[in-house]
Amino acid sequence: MLTSRKTVEVLETAELAAPIEGRSLWADARIRFFRNKAAVAGLIILILVGMFAAFGSYVTPWSNEEVDWAVLGQVAEMGRPSLETGHYFGTDELGRDLFARTVQGTQISLMVGLIGALIAVVVGTVYGATAGYHGGRVDNIMMRIVDVLMSVPYMFVLILLLVVFGRSVLMLFVGIGLISWLDMARIARGQTLSIKNKEFVEAAHAIGVRPSVIIRRHIVPNLLGVVIVYSTLLVPSMIIYESFISFLGLGVQEPSTSWGALISEGAKQMQYGTLWMLLCPLFFFVITLFAFFFVGDGLRDALDPKDR
Amino acid sequence: MLSFILRRLAIAIPTLLILVVFSYVIMYAAPGGPFDMERTLPPEVMANLEAKYGLDKPLIVQMWNYVYNVVVHFDFGPSFMYKDQTVNDIVSQGFPVTLTYGFWSFVVATVVGMSLGIMAAVYHNSWLDYVAVGISIGAQVLPNFVMAPILVLIFTLWLGWLPGGGWQGGQWQYIVMPVIALSTSFMASIARLTRSSMLEVLNANYIRTARAKGLPMRRVIFRHALKPALLPVISYLGPAFVGMITGSVVIDMYFSTGGIGVFFVNSALNRDYSVIMGITILTGALTVLFNLVVDILYAWIDPKIRY
Repeated sequence: MLTSRKTVEVLETAELAAPIEGRSLWADARIRFFRNKAAVAGLIILILVGMFAAFGSYVTPWSNEEVDWAVLGQVAEMGRPSLETGHYFGTDELGRDLFARTVQGTQISLMVGLIGALIAVVVGTVYGATAGYHGGRVDNIMMRIVDVLMSVPYMFVLILLLVVFGRSVLMLFVGIGLISWLDMARIARGQTLSIKNKEFVEAAHAIGVRPSVIIRRHIVPNLLGVVIVYSTLLVPSMIIYESFISFLGLGVQEPSTSWGALISEGAKQMQYGTLWMLLCPLFFFVITLFAFFFVGDGLRDALDPKDR
Repeated sequence: MLSFILRRLAIAIPTLLILVVFSYVIMYAAPGGPFDMERTLPPEVMANLEAKYGLDKPLIVQMWNYVYNVVVHFDFGPSFMYKDQTVNDIVSQGFPVTLTYGFWSFVVATVVGMSLGIMAAVYHNSWLDYVAVGISIGAQVLPNFVMAPILVLIFTLWLGWLPGGGWQGGQWQYIVMPVIALSTSFMASIARLTRSSMLEVLNANYIRTARAKGLPMRRVIFRHALKPALLPVISYLGPAFVGMITGSVVIDMYFSTGGIGVFFVNSALNRDYSVIMGITILTGALTVLFNLVVDILYAWIDPKIRY
């Protein structure tokens, strides 16, 4: 409690120097967030997982591509997790070190999650804010398009895209990001509708600021709270999408890997008694999702004006 | 009401058309055709094959013929891969399976999810609440592709109670695990939604009035609180349904249930255009139809909605 109180104070004073307007709201939100134990625990887990992804490869003597010939063919007996062989998480069925593979999978899954969410947030916010600000027919048409896209069985379209344009991480980003901005657009539009009637928007309009500048300078910054909350909830769902696709073997390709691909490999091997292949990546998958959900909930409680 | 339904239908039809055009153009633009094999065919044979399946005509003509056949004859054309089967054959083989476990998953997810949510809200901040919230948070990080191996590990490898895969005409042992795997994460979301909206409703003034009149708690909950509390849940049912149809891809691949998902993935890998198109359009149509039903249900329950 003492450290978190201290962190709060540090952050509060840092906030004074920062040129963000409406300072009291953000400082308030920070205090609320750090009072929420589950959210702080989630944040710590996320930092740990991030460090695992960033520095994990320096800890293990094995690389993710190297095959340990000593265990090949008898993975079930020799490849189990042990400190002596240096395979902290054991090996996979080809004798590759699972710790290094999990580090690599964590990097890719987190990257897909963050970048996918980023695409969704940027596209969705701009689209929703534009539709909401202009209103009338523009709004009607733009939101109809969202409605139409929403009722498309997106996973089938994503699989189609991956099959047709080749299975690459880039295509995965594009496909996942393009599909997932729809909810964000709806949320941003709803918020914009209430913001655009505020006096400061009217004032900007009165002094002749162009609509695109109003959206960028006045509407979007005021959407940030909602956007931040939603994007912390978006990251885990991006990770789930990616893992889903990789589980089917359509996502990242060897020698790259991701949590979904590792879980899928582990699931195929588990009847031979090599449970660590399933459980190690599964552990990281589950705790990371947990952490993101807790942080997201904490942020929502901290930033939601309804509860105040 | 009728005009509301008609207006919703007016959105549904362009949706399906866009789906058709989009997937057709993607497939058309794709490098590699359905008749590319290790042994290249003589050009005459290729030309004959393409003529037989109408692939030599311009894109617009192909698309028009396709839509025409689908709409007028409900004929999705022959499969390119399985030479003696039409898309209709394949679909009618796989769809009943998917719909069977999809239906049960839907029932399990809504019934269990709503009950958990209502219980948690009614006994707010009691151990029941914590257990229900714990279950729903735990279930949220267990999507179908994670649940499937875990279930097989427990029920097939350790306990030996259930078969690890197969369908066998839909005997119950073969349905249990697909249904649990598919419904868990949706159950969690439904429970969370129900709990929060039920809590909000239970704090409303008219509930206090009902309690003050001396109505028994059960009657207050089921007669007065339940209907408004379920509104957000109902709007979630549409996405949940889509998720279940999509989830069939994992279920079919993992449990070898032989539903529509396995055909979709196989034909996508083999560039079997007609099967992919058929499945995409059918699931799209089903989704649109289901969303329509949900919207109507919503409009019917919620007195605030004017149509």
